[in-house]
Amino acid sequence: MYGRKVKLRFFFVTLILLILILTTFLVLKSLEENVVYFKSPSDVKVLEELENKKIRIGGMVKEKSIKISNLGVNFIITDFKNEINVTYSGAVPNLFTEGKGVVAEGYLKDENFFEASKILAKHDENYMPPEVKEALDNK
Amino acid sequence: MLKILKPSKIFLFTSKAPKYVLLLFILVFSIGLLEALILSPEDYKQSHSVRIMYVHVPAAWISLGIFSSITILSLSGYIFKNKNFFLIAKSLAPSGLLFNIIALVTGSIWGKPTWGTWWAWDARITSMLILAIFYLIYLIAWRIYQNKELVFKITTIITIFGIINVPIIKYSVEWWNTLHQPASVNILSKSSIHSSMLFPLIIMTAAFALFSVLIFLMKYNTELIKIKNKGLDRL
Repeated sequence: MYGRKVKLRFFFVTLILLILILTTFLVLKSLEENVVYFKSPSDVKVLEELENKKIRIGGMVKEKSIKISNLGVNFIITDFKNEINVTYSGAVPNLFTEGKGVVAEGYLKDENFFEASKILAKHDENYMPPEVKEALDNK
Repeated sequence: MLKILKPSKIFLFTSKAPKYVLLLFILVFSIGLLEALILSPEDYKQSHSVRIMYVHVPAAWISLGIFSSITILSLSGYIFKNKNFFLIAKSLAPSGLLFNIIALVTGSIWGKPTWGTWWAWDARITSMLILAIFYLIYLIAWRIYQNKELVFKITTIITIFGIINVPIIKYSVEWWNTLHQPASVNILSKSSIHSSMLFPLIIMTAAFALFSVLIFLMKYNTELIKIKNKGLDRL
């Protein structure tokens, strides 16, 4: 149907694409450590040494764990397997609430304590009007 | 089939169609804005700041769609040795870049009140920035190289490299931990966005798509005029 040249060019392009996809996959695989924006509490538990550099920890804010004192905010980040206590002094974003996603940036003091210098709220993919949310909660 | 694709026939179409597309765009865009800004409900969590989504998400979709189209057109142009495909691809690119920038800027404006930061080097946002750079390189290449054969090859190579990034953008939120939330609108599984909010989103996407078509027709028309004036450079 198509000429030999057309088939050859099609084959050529397909090969180049395959090679590029493979290369990209390998590069991303080896860089995975740097591509992830934050570590989960479980990732932190298996860290061999407590790094003295800035890291980000993300997960859910544990229910009833937010305590506000005049020293700042204390709360627990959980991934439902492991937990980490976070201390932070400063303003928190609007969407920071219990039971919702959070990313804390700062330094690890020890296995269980994290001192955050910045708090980011991570929101989920659910969008709905307040009435629908109420109806769902009442179910 | 081939007769319809003759440059003179296409030219007749591209010089007349824009005003109708413009009218349609104004109509759909007005409905979209009314829905997005006034009629649609506020979000249970974000309240009114959710309205940025109706610009942010369609813009991102359109910019991804246009880059994919450009790649398919360039590759087909190369495989089948068809110059017209390259010109269509070239004419599509400016609106793709525009919507890419709109997605980045509105994302930044949305990020501040919700996440608490203007910018984060997470996988989704960074890969979207890389797409914008690919658009820029693609458009600059068309300006730099005057030799037609050369510019076709160079722009095709740019799209081949750029297209690898598109699935990375799409799946970045599933493969890695990112600050950006996963997709709310899914074709195969149930969407996690309420229908009252999905509707304005679709209308706005249609409006942005119409705007891209409008810009495309105008750009493509210019390309055809250039060919006409040169006379030598036939399709």
